[in-house]
Amino acid sequence: MTSSKDTARPIVEMTGISIEFPGVKALDGVDLRLFGGEVHALMGENGAGKSTLIKALTGVYGIDAGEILVGGAPHRFSGPGEAQGAGIATVYQEVNLCENLTVAENIMLGNEPRRFGAIDWRATRRRAAEHLATMGLDIDPASSLGSHSIAVQQLVAISRAMVVDAKVLILDEPTSSLDADEVARLFEVVRALRDQGVAILFVSHFIEQVYEISDRMTVLRNGGLVGEYRTAEISRGELVSRMIGRTMEVLEDLQVRTDHAVDPTAGTPFLQAVGLGRRGSVQPFDLDVHPGEVVGLAGLLGSGRTEVARLLAGADRADAGTLHVKGEPARLRNPRAAIDRDIAFSSEDRKAEGVVGDLTVRENIVLGLQAERGWLRRLPGKQVDEIVDRYITALGIRPANPDALLRNLSGGNQQKVLLARWLATAPELLILDEPTRGIDVGAKAEIQRLVADLASRGMGVVFISAELEEVLRLSHRIAVMRDRQKVAELTNGEAVGLDDVVELIASGGTH
Amino acid sequence: MSATSAPPPRTAGRLGAVTSHTLFWPVVALVALLAANTIFRPSFLSVSVLNGHLFGSPIDILRNCAPLMLVALGMTLVIATRGIDLSVGAVVAIAGAVALSFIATAPEPEAIGTVLTAIGIALVLSLLLGVWNGFLVSVVGVQPIIATLILMTAGRGIAMLITQGQITTVTSAPFKTLGAGFWLGLPVATLVAFGVFGLVSFLTRRTALGMLVEAVGINPSASRLAGVQARTIVWTVFALAGLFSGLAGLILASNVMAADANNAGLFIELDAILAVVIGGTSLAGGKFSLSGTFVGVLIIATLTLTVTNLGISPLVTPLFKALVVAAVTLAQSPVVRRKLAERAVRRPSTSKAVA
Repeated sequence: MTSSKDTARPIVEMTGISIEFPGVKALDGVDLRLFGGEVHALMGENGAGKSTLIKALTGVYGIDAGEILVGGAPHRFSGPGEAQGAGIATVYQEVNLCENLTVAENIMLGNEPRRFGAIDWRATRRRAAEHLATMGLDIDPASSLGSHSIAVQQLVAISRAMVVDAKVLILDEPTSSLDADEVARLFEVVRALRDQGVAILFVSHFIEQVYEISDRMTVLRNGGLVGEYRTAEISRGELVSRMIGRTMEVLEDLQVRTDHAVDPTAGTPFLQAVGLGRRGSVQPFDLDVHPGEVVGLAGLLGSGRTEVARLLAGADRADAGTLHVKGEPARLRNPRAAIDRDIAFSSEDRKAEGVVGDLTVRENIVLGLQAERGWLRRLPGKQVDEIVDRYITALGIRPANPDALLRNLSGGNQQKVLLARWLATAPELLILDEPTRGIDVGAKAEIQRLVADLASRGMGVVFISAELEEVLRLSHRIAVMRDRQKVAELTNGEAVGLDDVVELIASGGTH
Repeated sequence: MSATSAPPPRTAGRLGAVTSHTLFWPVVALVALLAANTIFRPSFLSVSVLNGHLFGSPIDILRNCAPLMLVALGMTLVIATRGIDLSVGAVVAIAGAVALSFIATAPEPEAIGTVLTAIGIALVLSLLLGVWNGFLVSVVGVQPIIATLILMTAGRGIAMLITQGQITTVTSAPFKTLGAGFWLGLPVATLVAFGVFGLVSFLTRRTALGMLVEAVGINPSASRLAGVQARTIVWTVFALAGLFSGLAGLILASNVMAADANNAGLFIELDAILAVVIGGTSLAGGKFSLSGTFVGVLIIATLTLTVTNLGISPLVTPLFKALVVAAVTLAQSPVVRRKLAERAVRRPSTSKAVA
């Protein structure tokens, strides 16, 4: 890329964009510049404000402050239609086309050539074929879209965007469901469009892909702008630490740290995974967890850390490798099978996969234990009260009312109830996926303390968190995930710092 | 988390606690129906003793509602798991056809043994039909409405095959007892239906079945991850719905001593769904109320009798049902409740003056 582009006028210039939702500042004074003939990557962790910024640009959200210039002229889009009219086209992660229509109909929908007021189908197919040809896509325009792979559908979606002569093309996580060959093909098309002078905004969690395709990037964190960088001038390590930010000083104060002097890895592992993997989800990996050991999974969102947890917990079924629990081979076909082997799993998606909102706190706490006993052997009421009281007190669940409906509790307290549900089943291995996400600092510290305490009493723990400091503080051992692969494993200790982990996440330990 | 759900209407005092109870409006509707009947015919509520049994309109209602009570019982559990069972009417027809055909061809139709065998065969078959529905839904993963539509359509054909296209009629005093007999002055059908209803209500709360059914209905994926065997639970409730429908079919067949493959239990699935909805169980699944269903069934049975009582053609019964259902569901809807509560709050001084 020539340096003259910095002096050229950007096609899109967003300055000082702020968007506020009730009680939340989703974007705070964010700038974004998109140049013609450049691929611009938008980077940031989950919740950083990437999608909000895209929605501000495409007119889905109105902005509360700031200015949007398109082609030098100020614009205020009041809907996606207006943004499209100004030449801004978007291709979403979930392809939003009509699978039951033909490829040609999808490409030309709303822009069909007409003759005497009626759609000229022959011309429609011909024009569609021309657009497909420019994409290098050799498929029959009359075939139905649903018969093609997601990758082809994505290319069709891009063709559709080009029909309206888009000057700006936004690709939101376009590669998340594509394999390596398909990604290569998509990138060819993206490069061709870039060379035609289109400004492309590329959003992805895959660091390598960002470095492969982008010329420039903007990094967001917590709704604020971190900065704009030329891809060639920022290292992977710098990028990752800018994305996750550093608040080590604050968190060191909490002083919850597992005792690294103890080495629990001496005995036989409670759980031993060898070459465990699942196609399209996570590449085969090895992982041991010993009793009393906290194994942290570090990595960015989408790196495969959740997928590892789901395989270990029987939530997803592995299609490769073997798993041994207490030295015995185990095939976890469903969560039940894992629970029967004393493995408990708390999902990252608290709302969809944890909380049973319309049941009471009491019912939610005993649900796991009751499920283990089967419906015929109901837990005696006295025992239930005893268990529920014990965990409400031990975990400090507020309100301390067993009859409250769980949906009326705060996120942190819901999380504690879910922890209580699992602890009540007396597991030997506790898998916690993002147990501290979205809860306040106090509850966070309590949960961290609990994890350290459980481990010291002999429970194995797999701990996943987007906050690396947390992982670092609690884990005896850290497995680093990147691009759906386990790329490194390191034994934690005083000598291991945040920078080492960040470095591994960024480089994948391959250099 | 709770931002989406409206806060419960704040109506003052004890009255508020009563009116906001889920069963308040259904009970009001039932009482209003009974009152309307009594005004039209003052002797409506009187019960007399005739030939050693109780006799009168209330007893008629209790007897007539027995089959619906059983079907709605199974339907409540199925709906609580986010399902629906459209095949209950077909199972009613099949159970009646099987039992009566067996009795008709038996050498001794009047023998207790024959009747018990017939009942046994019909119930086992109904249970198997329920198991089939449950298999389609929980194992194969067919949507409940489609899965049970299969048996709904095919079921009457099966019943026709069993009765060979005839309306099978038999004479068998022991069998007739089930639908038309009395015991301790009360209709046997009522005793059976209420007995089963009570037993299941007791069981759902005494075992963990009720809680697990609700958990599966409220959040299937969370329940699965918590180790609840959702498949077994869903399978069980469909099997129970089949079994209870079969029992309802036997009562209906015994009542008229004829198996009519075409008309036995026709549209009973709709009445059952109505009863469940009136009772306050959401079609979205989750929390269920068996007592609500109980009241719902009584409303529908009373309504049917009211139409006859008022001398209106039975052909327009559906219209009256629709009106009552509309009124009750409106009264239960959160929007209307909030409006009513607002009105109640706006006039606190007048209500105090009255009190």
